[in-house]
Amino acid sequence: MIEARGLTKDYGEKRAVDNLTFAVKPGVVTGFLGPNGSGKSTTMRLALGLDRPTGGSITVNGKPYREHAAPLHEAGALLEARSVHTGRSAYNHLLALAQTHGIPRRRVDDLVEMVGLREVARKRVGQFSLGMGQRLGIASALLGDPQTLLLDEPVNGLDPEGIHWIRNLLKSLAAEGRTVFVSSHLMSEMSLTADHLIVIGRGKLIADLPVDEFVRRASKKLVRVRSPQARELRGLLEGPDVLVTGDGTTIEISGLTSEQVGEAAAENRIVLHELAPQQASLEEAFMELTREDVEFHAGVPEAERAVA
Amino acid sequence: MSSAALTAVGNVRVTQARVFVSEWTKLRSLRSTMWSLFAAVVLGIGLPCLFAAVTSSHWNHMSPHEQANRHPLDIALAGVNIAQLAIGVLGVLVISGEYSTGMIRATMSAVPRRLPVLWAKAADFALVTFVLMLPTVLIAFFASQSIVDHIPQLKTSLSASGVFRAELGGALYLTVLGVMCLALGAIVRNTAGGIALFAGIFFVIPPLMNILPSSWNNAISPYLPDAAGRDVFSLTTGSHDLGHWAGFALFCGYTVLALAIAGVLLKRRDV
Repeated sequence: MIEARGLTKDYGEKRAVDNLTFAVKPGVVTGFLGPNGSGKSTTMRLALGLDRPTGGSITVNGKPYREHAAPLHEAGALLEARSVHTGRSAYNHLLALAQTHGIPRRRVDDLVEMVGLREVARKRVGQFSLGMGQRLGIASALLGDPQTLLLDEPVNGLDPEGIHWIRNLLKSLAAEGRTVFVSSHLMSEMSLTADHLIVIGRGKLIADLPVDEFVRRASKKLVRVRSPQARELRGLLEGPDVLVTGDGTTIEISGLTSEQVGEAAAENRIVLHELAPQQASLEEAFMELTREDVEFHAGVPEAERAVA
Repeated sequence: MSSAALTAVGNVRVTQARVFVSEWTKLRSLRSTMWSLFAAVVLGIGLPCLFAAVTSSHWNHMSPHEQANRHPLDIALAGVNIAQLAIGVLGVLVISGEYSTGMIRATMSAVPRRLPVLWAKAADFALVTFVLMLPTVLIAFFASQSIVDHIPQLKTSLSASGVFRAELGGALYLTVLGVMCLALGAIVRNTAGGIALFAGIFFVIPPLMNILPSSWNNAISPYLPDAAGRDVFSLTTGSHDLGHWAGFALFCGYTVLALAIAGVLLKRRDV
């Protein structure tokens, strides 16, 4: 369980996290979504006590993280920025962390095996690929058998097999009743793993809701129709709440369900060749939701943005 | 393998002793540690032997005045001056290396109370330095003595007045210097900055004092960390110096102060 109340963090003049209040519950995978620079990593650092909040509070399993007697048993974290000494072997890295808590050496061996690093465990971490580094990060997150997991962009740099592995791991950890909090800037990734979503932009909370509700709410209802009588249908449907776009035989209707469009066509004996409800993709839904809050836009001049 | 099949963690909690063990693992598992300590031992023994050999072969060409100015302990403890470079740099690296690589985030996530890490690092490094440097200065003593064996004026023994204290002092000086450099590294959190601070305090400021009027120089210099620390391994102290153990106590005081500042900053700053 992670609970933020009015969490705020300033770095100098810049407000990185702005009055965040949310709760991450056990037993489900909660996705933490936001564009780059929206404050996801800062929130995770605040949860782990690495940074001190400017205002508000964040607790892990009911207490500020630093007040726990066995912090690694409460929360395990994979931070986005590398947190490993490049000159040390993966095995010694894990061993040193385990020793702070008196975690048995055999658990280190087991974890090395589990994340698939057995063959390279004695090599220096500096020689690791990004994917191997992520696997080591996962191993260190699981070291203390934590009740809560905080993983910042865990699929970064992983190959498809590794991504698949992480997804299943996250789901099984949640199924064991753990709190799993995973950040990503990719909505598509979250839709495959997360049950619940917390969305932030420019440090502020934008949404806190189940994944399917997010998709339903954010996507515009759009129905695509192909008909030789498109022009006729258009005249029938258009109204104050209904917008029809397109020309020729294919039109897109927003403001009506496909059922309503189909029934209207049948009543007026209009032939339809195609009737398809269009789901906005998750990525589109996410972009729609966070458009105002993206820190950096690619190549869109300020004036143009204001018009948009 | 699922996470349920892993060895159970058992009854875990963070203790100062466990952090001490963890920091020992970290210290021994880096090549930079091994190389620096190896360099300190080799130079600490090798340099006195080299000086002894040079002195011994040139002895008959030296003027009586020059001969009288040679003291066997200066030769035996010459290694301390070079070993301090390796120990000081390693002291800075022990902590600054964690910042430069990002390891500090993992460390402070495991021990979010933070201070146990600083104490454990200092204690581990002090212990390793002392355990290695005491034999180093003693071996340097006996080795250089055996090289100058044929020159009666350069013969001395550990039981001679002040000799054992100076030998022990050489190892103590290096130990405390290492801890001070660790504290400096913790304060600036940056390898280059830490080493610059170390070099400034021990190698740059002391000679600059000679620019001051001698009454000022004499009043200030003995209290500088470098001079105060050296009192404990010099055979005699000058009229302006603080005395062997008084100087060393002041040196320890500076180190405690640096550690305290490092501790306060570690607790207050974001990682």
